[in-house]
Amino acid sequence: MYEVTCDVAIIGGGPAGLSAAVAAKKEGAEKVLIIERDKNIGGILQQCIHPGFGLSYFKQELTGPEYAGRFGEEALKLGVEVLRDSMVLEIDPGNQMIVCVSSENGMTKVTADSIVLAMGCREKTRANIRIPGTRPAGIYTAGAAQRLVNRQNIMVGKNVVILGSGDIGMIMARRMSLEGAKVLAVIEIMDFLAGLTRNKVQCLDDFGIPLKLSHTITGIVGNERVEGVYVAQVDENKKPRKETEEFIACDTLLLSVGLLPENELTRKAQISISDVTNGPDVNQYMQTSIPSVFACGNVVHVNDLVDNVTVESMQAGKHAARYAMDKISDNPKEIQCVTGNNVRYLCPQRLRLDDQGKVKLFFRVLAPEADVRLQAKSNGRIIAVKKERLVNPGEMCSIQIPVGELDSDVVVEVIKEAVF
Amino acid sequence: MKKDIICTVCPVGCNITVEGSDDEVTVIEGYSCKRGKEYGSQEFLHPVRILTTTVKIEGAAEELLPVRSEQPLPKELIMDCMKVISHTVVKTPVRRYDAVIPNICNSGVDIVATGSFE
Repeated sequence: MYEVTCDVAIIGGGPAGLSAAVAAKKEGAEKVLIIERDKNIGGILQQCIHPGFGLSYFKQELTGPEYAGRFGEEALKLGVEVLRDSMVLEIDPGNQMIVCVSSENGMTKVTADSIVLAMGCREKTRANIRIPGTRPAGIYTAGAAQRLVNRQNIMVGKNVVILGSGDIGMIMARRMSLEGAKVLAVIEIMDFLAGLTRNKVQCLDDFGIPLKLSHTITGIVGNERVEGVYVAQVDENKKPRKETEEFIACDTLLLSVGLLPENELTRKAQISISDVTNGPDVNQYMQTSIPSVFACGNVVHVNDLVDNVTVESMQAGKHAARYAMDKISDNPKEIQCVTGNNVRYLCPQRLRLDDQGKVKLFFRVLAPEADVRLQAKSNGRIIAVKKERLVNPGEMCSIQIPVGELDSDVVVEVIKEAVF
Repeated sequence: MKKDIICTVCPVGCNITVEGSDDEVTVIEGYSCKRGKEYGSQEFLHPVRILTTTVKIEGAAEELLPVRSEQPLPKELIMDCMKVISHTVVKTPVRRYDAVIPNICNSGVDIVATGSFE
């Protein structure tokens, strides 16, 4: 069997893996290896040809290929090695081993002192949300359609309905319109937009595409190919109201109904996984329940901005390198980060107390709310406060807290400000 | 003339109302920062957009080269630009930020590569 040895092995060469690799190298790890199943590094950003990336990290608006290109080139220049076209089948942290397979090398055994999980996420499909109806051709997840249109030069349809107002769905609405298709409607079951407002303005309003909030698809019609969909308004319990049902004739349905962290390898390695994020729970080093395994990016929790992925992935890469160089102690004392009012989850979920630095806690709210105070408390004492004009579930919030002197769990909550 | 504009500068998304003529803003309300005011005026007087799309590429392992307009283009030119782009084929090697269609539709703006293919 082909064998490779390295200090830090990173699974996935998307934005998370590339940022982790760059940080690991800069921290002093000698041999850093990325294992990537695609032909090229860059991950999903290769097909995200639209702008909107890098505003916070580079202070400049970049497209996906530009953002990925910068990190890819930096990683290669620093001497990061890449196994391309290689699919990881199993990780075995107890034996410091990863098994992967590729056409070029066959079965490959990678031995690494530390491992960074950066596999990203994948889209929910029709099966995940159980849309009734027939099973014709012409139903795609938005990201699959994006890959076909933007990388493989295959147009997926002419008259399109999109289910879900997430960013990928809206961006595909614009993309399909630019390529000459007619986008008939974007359907959203919630009574608020799932994605960013600027995407509604630039992707839907610019092209006169109707957004139907509080609506869902109640059936798909067609035998060989999609012939149309039934759409109905939903009541407050998200149940379709039959009397509002209408038929929209179309040949293509794109689904933008959410993302799921891709954690088959994580589960198989018996790494602890959060029920809320569906990703491994981590501390501020992005260290999972197995000390030699770190995780970052969408495999941990689904992000809306790649800039945030870069920041947390650099932590993962840095500390994976330190672990490989024996600079991190095992079994530190840890406290938990606990969700308070209107907080769905927090990441990281745990904090090591042997690091006195400041930590940025990322979190998502449960419901939109205006004029709020985000606050972190420990032992009944407020340790950080931040005001926000608006929070909503589609946009990640954050609050920075000092870890020094803490000895009990941290609660983060969103409090409505009294308006005078 | 009066226009309601949703600001896209930051996630707050202020509702800006602008009044004026084709070449002048007389009243602008609802913004809550300097950048929002600028955006509202620009969007009222002459909306512009960055165009991102792909062109066919020969000689690369990939079928398509991702491209963008180097500066924002007038919104009304976007579909004309798409027509020109759909008839364009480029050959490798292409480096990021090479101009693949200079001065598209006489806009003074170049369409540049956002990826590199040897």
